[in-house]
Amino acid sequence: MTGDMATDTFPRLLLAHAERQPDAVALQEKRYGIWQPLTWTQYAQRVRDLAYGLADLGVRRGDVVAVLGDNRPEWLITELAAQCLGAAVVGVYPTSIGEEIRHILSLAAVRVVVAEDQEQVDKLIRLKDELPELATIIYYDPRGLSSYREPYLVKFTDIEAAGARAAQERPDWLDGEIAQGMPDDTAVICTTSGTTARPKLAELSHANLLAMAEHLTEIDPVRPGYRYVSFLPLAWIGEQMLAVACGLRYGMTLSFPEEAGTQRSDLREIGPDVMFSPPRIWESMLSEVQVRIDEAGWLKRAVFGWAYNVGDRVAAATQVGIWLRMAYAVANVVGLRPVRDQLGLARVRRCYTGGAPLSPDVFRFFHAIGVNLKQIYGQTEICGIAVTHRDGAVRFHTVGTPIPGTELRIADDGEILLRSASVFRGYLRDPAATAKAKTPDGWLHTGDAGYLDEGELVVIDRQADVLSLPDGSRFSSAFIENKLKFSPYVQEAVSFHGEAGITAIVCIDPAVVGAWAERARIGYTTYTDLAAKPEVFELIAEEIARANADLPEPIRVRRFTLLHKQLDPDDDEITRTRKVRRGVIAERYADIIAALDKGASSVDIETTITYQDGTRAERTITLAIREPLAQDALAGRRRRPVWSGRIT
Amino acid sequence: MITREYRFPLNSSTRAPGEPLLEVTDVWLRFGGVQALTGVSLRVNQGEIHAVIGPNGAGKSSLLNCVSGLYRPQRGSITLHRSDGPVELVGRAPHRIARLGVARSFQNIELFRHLTVLENLMLGRHHRMSTALLPALLWYGPARRQEIAHRELVEEVIDLLELQGVRHKPVGSLAYGYAKRVELGRALCMQPAILLLDEPMAGMNAEEKEDMARYVLDVNELAGVTVVLIEHDMDVVMDISSRVTVLDFGRLIASGPPDEVRRDPAVIDAYLGEAATT
Repeated sequence: MTGDMATDTFPRLLLAHAERQPDAVALQEKRYGIWQPLTWTQYAQRVRDLAYGLADLGVRRGDVVAVLGDNRPEWLITELAAQCLGAAVVGVYPTSIGEEIRHILSLAAVRVVVAEDQEQVDKLIRLKDELPELATIIYYDPRGLSSYREPYLVKFTDIEAAGARAAQERPDWLDGEIAQGMPDDTAVICTTSGTTARPKLAELSHANLLAMAEHLTEIDPVRPGYRYVSFLPLAWIGEQMLAVACGLRYGMTLSFPEEAGTQRSDLREIGPDVMFSPPRIWESMLSEVQVRIDEAGWLKRAVFGWAYNVGDRVAAATQVGIWLRMAYAVANVVGLRPVRDQLGLARVRRCYTGGAPLSPDVFRFFHAIGVNLKQIYGQTEICGIAVTHRDGAVRFHTVGTPIPGTELRIADDGEILLRSASVFRGYLRDPAATAKAKTPDGWLHTGDAGYLDEGELVVIDRQADVLSLPDGSRFSSAFIENKLKFSPYVQEAVSFHGEAGITAIVCIDPAVVGAWAERARIGYTTYTDLAAKPEVFELIAEEIARANADLPEPIRVRRFTLLHKQLDPDDDEITRTRKVRRGVIAERYADIIAALDKGASSVDIETTITYQDGTRAERTITLAIREPLAQDALAGRRRRPVWSGRIT
Repeated sequence: MITREYRFPLNSSTRAPGEPLLEVTDVWLRFGGVQALTGVSLRVNQGEIHAVIGPNGAGKSSLLNCVSGLYRPQRGSITLHRSDGPVELVGRAPHRIARLGVARSFQNIELFRHLTVLENLMLGRHHRMSTALLPALLWYGPARRQEIAHRELVEEVIDLLELQGVRHKPVGSLAYGYAKRVELGRALCMQPAILLLDEPMAGMNAEEKEDMARYVLDVNELAGVTVVLIEHDMDVVMDISSRVTVLDFGRLIASGPPDEVRRDPAVIDAYLGEAATT
């Protein structure tokens, strides 16, 4: 960054961009079917106006402003405006309900919330009495809210307009505030994913996040004007890390999807240069390719199959011979580039996956079609990233090596310890938890177990979930579950270690199994119905047998059942970032787990179904229990290619 | 800068809420020996959702067809109140009635299956477009400006009915619930003074019905459009409508707020059956 302006906080970076590239596009959003750009100048202007407005609402240095909504320009405008005043922003996942929202807002003593629309405002109004500190709710999508009479409800544009008037009266005041901001001030508060307990609020400073951006871009440079599609929740550290920290540091252009249903087509229209998504996005992209290839005619199948094999060989090879290189040039044109284009990855330079392990099959698929997908290992507490693969050296079972400026150490008990300038300030109002997570000399206790393999880090699982076999070797439930999730038919799997060895509760992928059932001419109505079909059990029994083939004998899955429902964050079974809450599942489905362990042939469960409108119904459902196919029964069966759900 | 508020009013009626908008007075309709409507009178006020219910063959669709000009009643008058005074609809051709602000959707989906959602919605603007042939062919000047303006309104309807994801899909490839929503959208694109919906939720499952009811409410509450609705599902009718009119064998047997109509003995006898009395 040039110029004499300091660029060590986000608001200063924003002003520097507005000065240096005033007419470049900072943010864009699709309205009226067209991408509507916001330049850096306009962006900075809206941030200034809102900052004055927030100041008049009583937001002070050290306060926390909350945002509850989907990814929109207003989200970032609020974030930057709060930071201008020396306040921090905390994001609440827009799908959160009741208690989750109350927990975050009361813990952070939030006085001003920016909410997207009627849906979010309604949630907040219901909680208002339990949140004595909450004084103002600002909304930016006014539809349906015109008849609301709550005095604490105000429109985003009204606050901006009031701010603009205040700015005329004291134009230099905000510059003073921005100048007072220190790099060590808390900039963003991110909720931890909370697989084991209620989410904690991790405080990240400007310096934390910018150090991360510097270190990451040392190995993976980001240039001004890089396109980025911001479609994952901004409450998530991964989105803050790239969209906000790297975006503001280097001046990326962010695009916000029109709505949830158009994410994929918007992604394709923009063609981002960089992407970071949790495994489920990559898994669903692969599923989509599988389903579409299986619906295609034999010629397309044959061409793609050949191109894929060429791509796979090139990706695996260290030396690419002349013939293979020529074949690849053809394969790229006829089979690989079109698929990349369909997925919106035509221009992508680097893709990251993080938050959970990604199965090697999925990795292999993306590398075969020519997408540079890399694993990130990190935590909210270290700004999302500490370790990643290097370009050209992606080994699927490792997560790579620490990014520059980051130290890695394996403790005696196998815990991964990290130290860098990006280690967080602490948990908000929880010094005890902070002291446990961070040593006085700056090491972060990740709570993950891992080891080094030829200098690259291998993450086993959360330490609490690591199991030891009698022979002393360690393995993790996630390791088994990921093997199960290789199958496109399996959406989630939770494994348990009992008397009878390993058992598993499996959730099928409704799209892929549904397409398979249609082809196999099996009629079904709902998810519950589909998951109870004997043919589907048969299908999954074979898939699990294949997974078992890759597992050491003692940790093979002995028995499984297909759950009657998908795991749902509204039922607390899975986090908003789609990490399984093992404890909740072990408790709620204790009967199933016991029956699996006992070797029963079926199990009855009482279930309460909560519909979206809040009504509940009680039902008894019988789940069948099966054993996977025997290993020798697999011998005659052909293996399915990675890119297809079919065998032939 | 584009704000998030809608710029185009979708409701073209200028009546104040609660004032009479459509008055049907003593309408008689006969097909040969069949008496479809026997002296039906009803009043639709500005801003309400007015449901017309009744058993099969009660004359509900016939009544709607009389209003939109597809049928011509033998006797009676149908008056639409506009800012320039009341207008008699009986005897006018359907396209003239449409131009006066009466928009409708049909029981069976009547869309162009091979055109996209966007193109079908743009057709809802057709009656308000006017250009000479040459500028339209060359797409310059007023023709171009006009199409852009109309597209903006259509985009607001797409936003209101959440059709963004299917904007460029041919209607023929859409699920039934979506197609019904597109039909509602096309009627809305006409910026109607009054919207007539003939069984918008017929053939839908519970979830689709709930969605559709939500959109009808949005159209009424957010866009302020007066809606006349034929519907079979009593729960939906009682939930969303502000007034209910009951027809039976071409006669009007009750009209009033849903709770009143639900308790009316004549209605229970004729239509609801015993289940509703419990």
